[in-house]
Amino acid sequence: MANKFIVSLSPHVHGGDSVQKNMYGVIIALIPALLVSLFIFGVGAAIVTLTSVAACVFFEWAITKYIFKRERTTVLDGSAALTGILLAFNLPSNLPVWIIIIGALVAIGIGKMTFGGLGCNPFNPALVGRVFLLISFPVQMTSWPQAGQWASYTDAETGATPLALMKAAIKAGDPSMLSELPSSFNLLIGMSDSCQMGAGCIGEVSALALLLGLAYMLWKKIISWHIPVSILVTVFVFSGLMHLANPVYASPLQHLFTGGLMLGAVFMATDYVTSPMTHKGMIIYGVAIGFLTVVIRTFGAYPEGMSFAILIMNAFTPLINTYCKPKRFGEVVKK
Amino acid sequence: MNLILVAVISLGAIGLVSAIILYVASKKFAVYEDPRIGEVAAALPQANCGGCGYPGCSGFAAACVKAGSLEGKLCPVGGQPVMEKVAAILGLEATASEPKVAVVRCNGTCANRPRVTQYDGVRSCAVANSTYGGETGCTFGCLGCGDCVTACQFDAIHMNPETGLPEVDESKCTACGACSKACPRNIIEIRPKGKNNRRVYVQCVNKDKGVVARKACTSACIGCGKCVKVCPFEAITLENNLAYIDPAKCKSCRKCEMECPQGAIVAVNFPPRKPKPEAPAAEAKPAQTVAEA
Amino acid sequence: MKTFRIGGVHPAENKLSAGKAIETLALPKQAVFPLSQHIGAPAVPVVKKGDVVKVGTKIAEAGGFVSAAIFSSVSGKVNKIDSVIDASGYRKPAIFIDVEGDEWEESIDRSTELVKECSLTPEEIVGKIKNAGVVGMGGACFPTHVKLTPPPGCRAECVIINAVECEPYLTADHRLMLEHPDEILVGVGILMRAVKVSKAYIGIENNKPDAIRLMKEKAAAYPGIEVVPLKVKYPQGGEKQLIDAVIGRQVPAPPAIPINVGAVVQNVGTAFAVYEAVQKNKPLFERVVTVTGKSLKNPSNFLTRMGTPMSQLIEAAGGLPEDTGKVIGGGPMMGKALANTEVPICKGSSGVLLMNDKEARRSAPQPCIRCAKCVSACPMGLEPYLLATCSAHGDWERVEHEMIMSCIECGSCQFTCPSHRPMLDYIRLGKGKVGGIIRARNAKK
Repeated sequence: MANKFIVSLSPHVHGGDSVQKNMYGVIIALIPALLVSLFIFGVGAAIVTLTSVAACVFFEWAITKYIFKRERTTVLDGSAALTGILLAFNLPSNLPVWIIIIGALVAIGIGKMTFGGLGCNPFNPALVGRVFLLISFPVQMTSWPQAGQWASYTDAETGATPLALMKAAIKAGDPSMLSELPSSFNLLIGMSDSCQMGAGCIGEVSALALLLGLAYMLWKKIISWHIPVSILVTVFVFSGLMHLANPVYASPLQHLFTGGLMLGAVFMATDYVTSPMTHKGMIIYGVAIGFLTVVIRTFGAYPEGMSFAILIMNAFTPLINTYCKPKRFGEVVKK
Repeated sequence: MNLILVAVISLGAIGLVSAIILYVASKKFAVYEDPRIGEVAAALPQANCGGCGYPGCSGFAAACVKAGSLEGKLCPVGGQPVMEKVAAILGLEATASEPKVAVVRCNGTCANRPRVTQYDGVRSCAVANSTYGGETGCTFGCLGCGDCVTACQFDAIHMNPETGLPEVDESKCTACGACSKACPRNIIEIRPKGKNNRRVYVQCVNKDKGVVARKACTSACIGCGKCVKVCPFEAITLENNLAYIDPAKCKSCRKCEMECPQGAIVAVNFPPRKPKPEAPAAEAKPAQTVAEA
Repeated sequence: MKTFRIGGVHPAENKLSAGKAIETLALPKQAVFPLSQHIGAPAVPVVKKGDVVKVGTKIAEAGGFVSAAIFSSVSGKVNKIDSVIDASGYRKPAIFIDVEGDEWEESIDRSTELVKECSLTPEEIVGKIKNAGVVGMGGACFPTHVKLTPPPGCRAECVIINAVECEPYLTADHRLMLEHPDEILVGVGILMRAVKVSKAYIGIENNKPDAIRLMKEKAAAYPGIEVVPLKVKYPQGGEKQLIDAVIGRQVPAPPAIPINVGAVVQNVGTAFAVYEAVQKNKPLFERVVTVTGKSLKNPSNFLTRMGTPMSQLIEAAGGLPEDTGKVIGGGPMMGKALANTEVPICKGSSGVLLMNDKEARRSAPQPCIRCAKCVSACPMGLEPYLLATCSAHGDWERVEHEMIMSCIECGSCQFTCPSHRPMLDYIRLGKGKVGGIIRARNAKK
């Protein structure tokens, strides 16, 4: 017999999906938000994003090569680049390069590789990096540049973000302060610059661009609708109830379109590795994130609660996986 | 001053209350355990390999204490010396046991056994075995995925990349039997080490008919039965086209090794043969040789 | 359009031979009949070396209730009873017959005339089916007479005919429906009579519009038979999925079987075999086999005598392409890769698929990224990633608790996995182990 046939168990065909396709798909979905941020923050956004991606990819490569001593590095699968972009999207555009590099090292080194690399990390690496920076460098991390200063980087003028204003309104107990907020529509498309306010982190300025990314990922079946929709609906309903009870709390639309909520709901909470595996679990996870976010935003010390909410729920993911089983075939016995 | 006093008193009070709770709990929930179990367990190697047939060393220790006799109980890792220690602790008689070792009963090296297919599944013998007969024409021989290597806790078995077969490191092997259990084809046998570490065994488990077996592997047992005839001690049996040497009856005369046309019978750790091949066996067992004559 | 409710995937259909009429394959020189061509006890040979047999002579009888007789597909002399490497990849005992001429048993009605009337009692029908060695022709090869004998306490409510053929590439059932619709419908009628029901459904996937149209047209003349077009989704032809899709009932987890929800599922090829067995006295010794593959010159459908080596079918379809890397008995999702092409065609061989080297090789597995696509794809509502990991670690208790025995081994999880993880390899291993543990436990009771 001339041929040595290949023998393996079925199935003998594969759908052609791959880790790379999914990772690059998410990166493509992030492009609209990236373009908007370049338009609003100019060169600062470009520097921060490029630094973050380069640092994340470098650390991933270096750790797999020199610490794990693996022959095949996982750099090309796009997961490190994705972490880099997501980390950058959670940083202000005037952050110095050295802080970004520390953030990338924490994100990849501590957030991901200490647990064994792709697929093993319990927490979203980009958020680990972000929260580390937020706690370590609170001043740099919370001085957001105003929009429209295309040519400036670390020298950009800063201002308070809508979220800080919302928090101040709650503290003062004065609902009229909320009228200074940009309109919901402006928040949606990212045009808050007319109000002389700090626009926030790179990736969170335009909710619309992020929703575009969501639509792309749903179309390509990269993620399912369960997590983003359950987060957004919970935030809307819960903040809406609070607003109705006391107008000092911002309106639900203002909650939805400000800060990292959209970014978190669409791109951070849906991270494959750290989110639950079943649809039921995903909805529990999403509802809890939405609830925690609003609680932290209105009652907590920080103006933004998305990162913390996601990290807290990441910790619950294994528990959710243990108790939320998919609907088994045969549980519905007769019609 | 007042502050320090408060701190000292409050901490002291907490400590006292905790200590009382701990004391009560340790008395109330104490479980009586024969102290000898701990002593015996301490004498064991603590490899928790399960080779003795009990769940870990403490399980074995408990069984030894409970049984009141060491009949049939052996820690394969520690062997006779450890069992004597255990016997001393329990004041019992240690039963004599024979040291054993794992032997790989397949010589289907890359050279002896041509590959006819390529396996592309999970590198696990158990999975490969459930898939099909293996990459070669022999459906009984070693699959070469190394389940035995993974199972060994003593680093005593390794794949030889040249032959594609596992090799046992006798100095490390404790005969715990984990590899033998892991092998889906029952190729690895736990055999007595033999006198001076010398033993003779059939290095094949192929039960196919001679023609089929020979076509698949140049060193397969073809069930010709020559070894059965030549054996002076009736130690060799032939069943399903496969010869098996009973270690209890074998006197290591090595006649069968000479006779086997396939080279499927191997004798290990013997000195090189002198011109007169029977010499070492005759030296070792003069009585039997005379009887045979 | 009806379909099953949980999971599913959409593999490329590649029905290359759908337009090819069924051709009759020449007789082999030697026919080989493995004794275990079905689920259950192996058959026991009733011939010995040197015996002369005709086409349709019984050469081995059922070795138990769950077993099936084997009939010679050729006339000639028994050469030997020896072992042969069958589709399982292991040597199994088989009967070898040297072919001489083509002489049929006289009892077989060889006319092509349609015999519609059947006035036998259910017991007589089941007896005839049993005596013809009919087994499920879809691939599982479960003896048909066992399926037609409901266990005590169960009552059949309808017959469901599986004409889905959801496996990519395969077209044997499709062609059979186009060329023998009346025989199939009479066969369905006989099956209904055998289990005493008045309703039958024929489930056909929507990628065979010509077959749906023809069967609908013809079925109008047969009371109680309804053709149900189904959405194209794999594994629509899984027994449990089909029942869910057609009558909206879900068979509970094993040990429950379809009859527990009142359904008797039979393959369309089986219905045809039942017709031939009951109306024409023709035991099961030939079947339609699809020979296909992207590099193959003439993908075809052959009416093949059992025992013909696959190499002969490949030869008839244009020869083995140079670049062949894998030969699969059956379809690409559930078929078995074969070690060589001399494997004989058996009762359950629905196709021979050749894949080139590049298609055949699996990609290197990457770490699980927990994307949950396998969970969404699993038609049984299981968590394949979990079952695979626990099986790999040998945690049999956990996998049993996670319902590994419900797995139908359809391969949807592995098909969809972006990390190319060999999940089903491990799940099969776990299923085998847990099955053994459960049997041992039941034996103890």
